[in-house]
Amino acid sequence: MEKMEKLELRTPISEEDIRKLKVGDVIYVTGTLVTARDAAHRRMVQYLKERKALSFSLVGLPLYHCGPLAKKVGDEWKVLAAGPTTSMRMESLESEVIKNFGVPLIIGKGGMGKKTAETMKAFGAAYGAYTGGAAILAARQIKKVKQVEWLDLGMPEAVWVLEVEAFGPVIIAMDSEGNSLFDGVKNEAEKRMDELVKKPSLNSS
Amino acid sequence: MTLLRLAAVELPQDVKDAIEEAYRKERSPIGKTQLQAILENIRLAEEVGIPLCQDTGLISFYLEAGSKVKGLDKVEQALYKAVRRATLEVPLRPNAVNPFTQKNTGDNTGWRIPHVHWRAGDGDYLEVTVFPKGGGSENASVLKMMKPNEGFNGLKKFVMQSVVRAGGMPCPPTILGVGIGGGSDIAVELAKMALLKPINEPNPDETVAKMERELYEAVNRTGIGPMGLGGDSTTLAVKIDYAHRHPASYPVAVAFQCWAARRATARINSNGEVDYLTHKV
Repeated sequence: MEKMEKLELRTPISEEDIRKLKVGDVIYVTGTLVTARDAAHRRMVQYLKERKALSFSLVGLPLYHCGPLAKKVGDEWKVLAAGPTTSMRMESLESEVIKNFGVPLIIGKGGMGKKTAETMKAFGAAYGAYTGGAAILAARQIKKVKQVEWLDLGMPEAVWVLEVEAFGPVIIAMDSEGNSLFDGVKNEAEKRMDELVKKPSLNSS
Repeated sequence: MTLLRLAAVELPQDVKDAIEEAYRKERSPIGKTQLQAILENIRLAEEVGIPLCQDTGLISFYLEAGSKVKGLDKVEQALYKAVRRATLEVPLRPNAVNPFTQKNTGDNTGWRIPHVHWRAGDGDYLEVTVFPKGGGSENASVLKMMKPNEGFNGLKKFVMQSVVRAGGMPCPPTILGVGIGGGSDIAVELAKMALLKPINEPNPDETVAKMERELYEAVNRTGIGPMGLGGDSTTLAVKIDYAHRHPASYPVAVAFQCWAARRATARINSNGEVDYLTHKV
């Protein structure tokens, strides 16, 4: 991966913005970000079935797979730590969310599966990887908690609407053309598996 | 309480050193960006005294109680209290969820949580190790009841396949614990407890140390890299522990620890003095 473009993306993000991105691009997001993980995804899809409106909007905004550590200081919430969670857990529901709620970009850790990849290709969405565990770095890039919904799900599972500045580096790992960095790496490793198992230690003492 | 804060905020020196070395050796540009973000994050967390990863884990305590230590019946209660206090003060993310109702208890305690593991020692101190374990790395755990004829090559293949399958989910570069023998639960426990061994201390058994090195090199040749985005640093260390096995069984368990390998150990002496073993206090 020799070519790495560093781009700043401001919300709201359009399909056009996304179609220009390629795997390996490094982006920094400024504007609004919305967190949602397992329980919030279940509830969003449930509301969709019941034709119930959401109390927050995802249109043109990145959806961030994250369960932050937050502290209430007076009337305001302060985010102390907010690294990404494993995205694959949301695989079964992400397609529905992208299709129905206008999400252009998913940010998380570890990548997502075929169904999401296909939806991303069809709807002009992409997946960006934020460094797993870089929670304090992320918190520094979060300027304010604009809104928090569904706290009844618990702090990690609630929906946090956050104001961010230069949130990144986010590595585009799945683009709107169906390319995937994660798959590339895994396939390469699987191809070489038998050869790797046979190879003895490089330093045989 | 201090142990819980130390574990959540600051990585032991051997882990920090290993990550810095991985950064120096990493050839992939994307891999380097990930390791750079990790190192920056480690530094920031120490500076502000806040847990370095938002997933402060599900908490386990590993205790070694000297035979002369009194009041052992009160220890578990004290640990539960410390966890509740740490949740509020450090703070820790509430991570104890009822598996049937999905309700989060809010204070990191629950049925059988925090987990407390006891071992008898022969000193007059109580040694406490706190091990907060994140969900991402934990979900990569595997156990296979292998056939004895599969041998070391079979074991090697299983470990490597598990690493490739896990990809970026456990936040590589990881520390791998490999538990062999004993029985299904024993292999898993050995694998998990192997994660507590310091990276820079080689296995005293040279045969095992050689296997650890071979697995370490093989895993890094998979090219999974930091965060599964490709690169040289897939594992920081491989630690093996074993028990003798049943003639018909060959249990092999692999435990994953993310790069944020948090653990803290202290010895509480009979005179009440506390010696911190993994961190400078």
